[in-house]
Amino acid sequence: MKKEIYQKELEKKQIKRPIFLNALKAFLVGGLICLVAQGILWLFKDLIGLEKDKATSLMYIVVVGVSAILTGLGIFDRIGQFSGAGTIIPITGFANSMTSSALESKSEGIVLGIMTNMFKLAGAVIVAGVVSAFISGTIIYLFR
Amino acid sequence: MKFVGKCSAEFTDVYLKVTSTVAGPKEKKGPLGSYFDYAYQDNYCGKENWEQAEIGMQQKAIDLALEKAGLKTNDIDLVIGGDLNNQLAITNYALRDYDISYLGVYGACSTCVEALIVATTFIDAGFGENILTITSSHNATSERQFRYPTEYGGQKPSSMTSTATGAGAAIVSKDASTIKITKMTIGKVIDPNLYDVQDMGRTMAPAASVVIKQHMEDFNTNLSDYDLVLTGDLSKYGSDVLKDIMQELAKPLKDNYHDAGLMLYDTKKQNVFAGGSGCGCITLVGFGYVIKALRSGIYKKVYRCTGRL
Repeated sequence: MKKEIYQKELEKKQIKRPIFLNALKAFLVGGLICLVAQGILWLFKDLIGLEKDKATSLMYIVVVGVSAILTGLGIFDRIGQFSGAGTIIPITGFANSMTSSALESKSEGIVLGIMTNMFKLAGAVIVAGVVSAFISGTIIYLFR
Repeated sequence: MKFVGKCSAEFTDVYLKVTSTVAGPKEKKGPLGSYFDYAYQDNYCGKENWEQAEIGMQQKAIDLALEKAGLKTNDIDLVIGGDLNNQLAITNYALRDYDISYLGVYGACSTCVEALIVATTFIDAGFGENILTITSSHNATSERQFRYPTEYGGQKPSSMTSTATGAGAAIVSKDASTIKITKMTIGKVIDPNLYDVQDMGRTMAPAASVVIKQHMEDFNTNLSDYDLVLTGDLSKYGSDVLKDIMQELAKPLKDNYHDAGLMLYDTKKQNVFAGGSGCGCITLVGFGYVIKALRSGIYKKVYRCTGRL
């Protein structure tokens, strides 16, 4: 059979992804997460009166902890399916990728299972972070 | 067995003695739920992890098939089967409790049909009396193997397919029964150069069209001669493309064409995106629904083909 026939049909039937709707949902949910996190930060800093650094760390712990618990309860993936980038881009996504990998590999044991596989998905984020920090650090060092 | 055309064969006296199906909870709730022999209440099937659950499903399917046929393990000359996991781990573990020789086959989504083809060829060539085929897939084990952790919160697009949870066994035999296996055509690897791993249906459609066309040429038949033309798991998008390609080839698919991935679930309500997939999908639909329909005379001639990804 000629290749052109199915290539043509496949091109004709492109799948339309709802980009605008996805972006809107991501904006709303992602924005809501940031708003709540900012509220937690205010709570620690202004109401309880902690230092800014400590309050920030505590806020991270709360957000990461809540995402991890929601992942364990099997709720996070449903929220993620709705909001897409809205929950994956903030630190909630990082927490989810680590917790879900750890849960998934539980049956393979603690060392070879959980410890080996925990950064399976989050590893990409860490590598990207380290590499971009190295590049921007080098540029700042050379041209400052 | 007679070799026909480019890559087909005609069998003389091979029959499908019995089939058995074991489904997961989501498949049981689907439109074909009442056709399955046994269904589990949850994805763990009473076991500690998903791999053990899938092993349990396979063993249950084998036991059910033997029970239905009234055979014992030493009546079975050979088991041919496979699953989606690395090194066919599930099938190997499932069969360690049985004293039967075993051949593993891996055809991804087409494993069920591939096992049937091999078993039929063996029986036709005179290798034993009864050969049992076993296939299974489990949503969570294949998610772990090929995709992301089950609780990962990434967004899945509408073109994604959902791996079916289920196992099915069949006994291919020399003894005459109501269902005869008559013809086969083996397909080719067709790479349409699509790069989206979440769009398997469209990727497999060209290969399915090639094998259907080959079958029609080799046997000089028409698709309208069949009561049912069934593809494995092309899903919503894949079967649309397949219909268009066949239209373009001037061999249009009519109302007798269905896709197992769309039959297994209620795609609107069951949250499976584009439909079901995996080797459990065609196994459940084929061995559960189609075989029962054949026995009760709804269908007389059925042609099954599956993409393999």
